[in-house]
Amino acid sequence: MATGLIGRIIGMTRLYDKSGRNVPVTVIEAGPCFVSQVKAAQTDGYSAVQLAYEDVKPRNSTVPVIGHDAKAGLGAKRVHREFRVAESVAGELELGQQVTVATFEGIGFVDVTGTSKGKGYAGTMKRWGHKGQPASHGVERKHRSPGSICSHASNRGFSGRPKKGLHMSGHMGDARITTRSMEVWGLDVKKNLLILKGAVPGACKGLVYIREAKRLCKSKARLAKAS
Amino acid sequence: MSQQILEAVVKSQLKTDLPALNVGDTVDVHVRIIEGAKQRIQIFNGVIIKMQSQGISRSITVRRIVANEGVERTFKIHSPKVATIDIKRHGHTRRARLYYLRDRIGKKRRLRDRRRGLANLIVKTASAKKTKAATPPATDDNSENK
Repeated sequence: MATGLIGRIIGMTRLYDKSGRNVPVTVIEAGPCFVSQVKAAQTDGYSAVQLAYEDVKPRNSTVPVIGHDAKAGLGAKRVHREFRVAESVAGELELGQQVTVATFEGIGFVDVTGTSKGKGYAGTMKRWGHKGQPASHGVERKHRSPGSICSHASNRGFSGRPKKGLHMSGHMGDARITTRSMEVWGLDVKKNLLILKGAVPGACKGLVYIREAKRLCKSKARLAKAS
Repeated sequence: MSQQILEAVVKSQLKTDLPALNVGDTVDVHVRIIEGAKQRIQIFNGVIIKMQSQGISRSITVRRIVANEGVERTFKIHSPKVATIDIKRHGHTRRARLYYLRDRIGKKRRLRDRRRGLANLIVKTASAKKTKAATPPATDDNSENK
């Protein structure tokens, strides 16, 4: 079973499938990761594995982190991340063990977590998909404004304040996003590449965490069944 | 580095047997058409009016006249649906996008054949040298081509 992987986005390109259809794919350099800590239910209350990724110069790291990696017999690593795994899987893993993209062989769908591209301070049209105001019919200088945000004493609640969770303008993007059940298009064990169908959250060179898909939506489940 | 990795990923799908296409060429594009279980090849003949993108995304737009109506189709040249591309003529062009052909009617649509130009001269010289390799050496290549 695949524990999970840490990787970086290389970029997107296109490939043709067997029927000649054009498929957008994302190439991710995934791993090699190393087991830096194994957590067990007995000692930690839950079972998980912590993976470390990417070498870092010790002078750019901190002594506690260097020490933590050294316990697993590793050099200093930049990224550490925990993946929840079943106890039986965690029991088999050893400290310092290498985890590569080969562990994802035979897996059809994965979940990818990344940090989406920052969009800055965005208006409601971009951030929430509001329609804005008409171009004419007396609308002046307010074509992209959100319109009324509060009315009739906030719908007779008599608070007179805008309701909680009202969609307004503000900072957009640069948030942690998980794209679920992405189809695995192929892997290259030699080059540590994972090729997925579609786009993943984040910019090129952005960090992503990959795990086996937790559950599949209906259409993907049908695809998985067919293959 | 990223770009090299991406290029390596698509390399296996790139066609190596494609002819050197240019804007202004008259080409026959053999398109695979799948009808149920059957597959046949349809030929789309016309002039390349533009070429776009690089690598696996490279595409050509071919314009032809069907029943007095201009028809343009864009092909991804590395797509498996494009079986082969045959060049019928090389047209002489001075620009990369031949949009002006859309406004042309009748005989004005035709492009002059690409005869002149340094590239052509080099090709001719090379072929002339090849044929004369066995025979006494050529005196003056340039004068032959004039």
